[in-house]
Amino acid sequence: MTYVRPTFRHPELPKNKIGYAKADYEGAISTLCAGCGHDSISGAIVQACYEMSVEPHKLAKISGIGCSSKTPTYFLSNSHGFNSVHGRMPSVTTGANMANRDLIYLGVSGDGDTASIGMGQFVHAIRRNLNMVYIVMNNGCYGLTKGQDSATADFGSVSKPGSVNQFEAIDLAGMALELNATFVARSFSGDKTQLVPLIKAAMSHQGFAFIDVISPCVTFNNNKGSTKSYDFVRDHIEMTSEFDFVPEQSQINVEYEEGKSASVPLHDGSVIELRKLSPEWNPTDRFSSFTRLKKAKLKGEILTGLLYIDPESTELHDLMGTTDVPLNTLTQDVLCPGNEQLQKINAGFR
Amino acid sequence: MKPTDTSNPEYFHKVVDCQHACPAHTPVPEYIRLIAAQKYTEAYMVNWESNVFPGILGRTCDRPCEPACRRGRVDEEPVAICRLKRVAADHKGEVKHLMPQAPFPQNGKKIALIGGGPASLTVARDLAPLGYELHLYDEWHKGGGMMRTQIPAFRLPEEVLDEEVNYVIDMGIHTHFNTFVDSMKEILDQDYDAVFVGTGAPRGRNLELPGREEADKNIHIGIEFLADIAFDHRSTIGKNVIILGGGNTAMDCCRTSRRIGGDNVKVIVRSPFKDMKASPWEIKDAQMEDIPIMNNMPPKEFVVEDGKLKGIVFGKVRAEYNEEGRRKLIPTGEPDEFIPADDVIIAIGQDNAFPWIERDLGIEFGKWDIPVLDKVTFQSTNPKVFFGGDAAFGPENIITAAAHGHQAAISIHLFLEGKDLVSDRPPPTTNLIRQKMGIHEWMYDSPVVEDLRYAVPHEQKTLTLSNRKIEVELGFPEIVGFKEAQRCLNCDVQTVFSEEACIECDACMDVCPTSCITFTQNGEEEDLRTRLIAPALNLEQDLYISDKLSTGRIMVKDEDVCLHCGLCAERCPTAAWDMQKYLYEVTKTYSMPEPVEAI
Repeated sequence: MTYVRPTFRHPELPKNKIGYAKADYEGAISTLCAGCGHDSISGAIVQACYEMSVEPHKLAKISGIGCSSKTPTYFLSNSHGFNSVHGRMPSVTTGANMANRDLIYLGVSGDGDTASIGMGQFVHAIRRNLNMVYIVMNNGCYGLTKGQDSATADFGSVSKPGSVNQFEAIDLAGMALELNATFVARSFSGDKTQLVPLIKAAMSHQGFAFIDVISPCVTFNNNKGSTKSYDFVRDHIEMTSEFDFVPEQSQINVEYEEGKSASVPLHDGSVIELRKLSPEWNPTDRFSSFTRLKKAKLKGEILTGLLYIDPESTELHDLMGTTDVPLNTLTQDVLCPGNEQLQKINAGFR
Repeated sequence: MKPTDTSNPEYFHKVVDCQHACPAHTPVPEYIRLIAAQKYTEAYMVNWESNVFPGILGRTCDRPCEPACRRGRVDEEPVAICRLKRVAADHKGEVKHLMPQAPFPQNGKKIALIGGGPASLTVARDLAPLGYELHLYDEWHKGGGMMRTQIPAFRLPEEVLDEEVNYVIDMGIHTHFNTFVDSMKEILDQDYDAVFVGTGAPRGRNLELPGREEADKNIHIGIEFLADIAFDHRSTIGKNVIILGGGNTAMDCCRTSRRIGGDNVKVIVRSPFKDMKASPWEIKDAQMEDIPIMNNMPPKEFVVEDGKLKGIVFGKVRAEYNEEGRRKLIPTGEPDEFIPADDVIIAIGQDNAFPWIERDLGIEFGKWDIPVLDKVTFQSTNPKVFFGGDAAFGPENIITAAAHGHQAAISIHLFLEGKDLVSDRPPPTTNLIRQKMGIHEWMYDSPVVEDLRYAVPHEQKTLTLSNRKIEVELGFPEIVGFKEAQRCLNCDVQTVFSEEACIECDACMDVCPTSCITFTQNGEEEDLRTRLIAPALNLEQDLYISDKLSTGRIMVKDEDVCLHCGLCAERCPTAAWDMQKYLYEVTKTYSMPEPVEAI
């Protein structure tokens, strides 16, 4: 029985610019089913944080309930974490974020946790443009309770026992666009070359960054007729663009063909470089993203990649004009400025 | 790169680093698992089958397996493979009934074996069960050769040596002890169908320096000195002793001197410490017996006064290495140093010597007076005569001699059957067996323990230095042997990949603790090695390449630091990865398949 992962690591494992190896971003060994797409997403998060040279103590991972929400145990063991109530991840993240704006907030949720019980929370976090990365590990079924169709299961998709889904699916990416989310992307757990730079860009984005990741459930939803199986997704996948995320202060070393390329500078100085695969789409034009998404749906394609980004996004702290520093660094003299100040304020109300 | 051909028996063999490095290709992980299961007798027999002298080798082997051990590439030190072999020998039960039982039905053919050392004994063991009449010649009164004459009893007790030599002799070998063969012609003139020469490298090198002849009484040649001690022809030495040389014989000479009256024993070597040929553990054992090792001091002159040795004058040098790594010793200009000595032992190497082989018998000799041999068959230019052990290609070690013996035995058998020695040579026996028992259960202990290498306990120094026959190393107690055995990574349990089952979920790539697995686009090896998750810098280790997968990528596994922990297979939803135990055995004469008649 090996639930224990050996501690030996490759002696030549490269280190990032703050001196950590990828192994320093790992978590406990996964207890999910072998081959679960969620594990690949955990792997992509580890890779992204390693490449971004994120200091592990500068990140908080927050989740709800479900297979997806178990995954924070399996990555970033040295980061802050909160495994919250079903569907309540956005509230907990909002509270944490309001108290300490210095951390990167990585919310992990599933299709049940977001599209059903947590729908109300999800939409309000978007509305407020809370500065966080919101990853949905979307497998179209309730894997933890033996694979019933979830709210994101596509109409007509066949479940493992053979029943055909009669209901329309909620398209979480479309919904996020509709609600004016400032960063919307979709990806596939089996395509790390796309997923890793998307997560990196999402972490650099100021505001609500939503990534809907299709993540096959190998045990309950990887059968013929399922629209969220490895084979189906690979056969129907379509990309908006070839994508590269260029971190702050790095040389841009990708050259894309003139006219087809777009480069989107972000707040922190990093740049998203992409080669567009459809000419009518523009990543900063919400309407074109809508059109592209709807067209793909009509054609039966699963559109992945960056769908929309607002590089000028203003996040919640800036909207509300809150303090620039974490609350726990505020000292008594700042919090309690004294009688003179109080008198001035009172005078203002007279 | 092309997909890896795992049907080539050598591919998975190479993954088992210890076994691949062993000249006799002993299935190391196989017997280590048996030791962990307290099946000492079975572990002993796995060894005996492969290397004939488990108890002897468990104490004296040169351990080519240990520097090769994969554990040494991820942990501080390799598994103590050699000392685990001894655990099997120490704790085994009755084994004789498990060996081929003499008398064997005779086939009417006679073979002479010249020299009673490990090579000849291996040939004898391999050929006896086939019904050959074997005649073993040795100048001493017992078999064992250099294992008896050159290895001191405090490293290898006589009982252990006798036991394992006798397992072979008792297979109906005709011994001609106390017989020094001084003419090959006389042997060939008798009715032997084949002759095997396993006479070792019996000539210790001399050092011709001023004063050498005058002081001859107190200057000794290393291997002759050790033989004299072994046979009680000598029992004392002077108080101040200098050993010249930095090899294992020098270490045996200095430690022996400490036990027979040498209070002040020094090893003086002309080269730097790091260039010394002795095994590191033997150097350490000598140092622990208060023997200083002095380096960069070439001897210049034996100082003799009144016909008696007084000491040696040494020069002072430093080593310089040119671009090809060739060493040059350059005098430092410091004044020479005189070191007093009552006795000097010269242990600076040994050579083959065949003054007893007449040069008109069709046996050709080449450079350094070494016989011209086929490297695979060990046959000399006289087709009836075969060589093996140190006699073949110069001084090596016991395990190499055993490996030569197996191959020479096969050659002799094929030769006497009238078959071709190369094309009719049997391939190795291989077997690949699934280890799966459940989702997280394997037939081997897959968790990787983190224990550091355990040290072998030693007998008290006051005791061992007072009697040269008391063994210094005590061997692992059972429980420590078990713990050390658990350090083995089971490299023979192979990670076998089947591309048709793979759904490319990346689970194996994510879980692999040592980042061995990468799914990527194919390319040339040089380029591919740089594109993996962790760069594959160890060029001695192969890349395991799959055929093209459905997304057009390939699976690349760098074999270098794979822990064989089985996590890739446990996290694989489709069993595209499987752990399969690979048993590779060098085919021996008595297990050679009967020829299958053409249909």
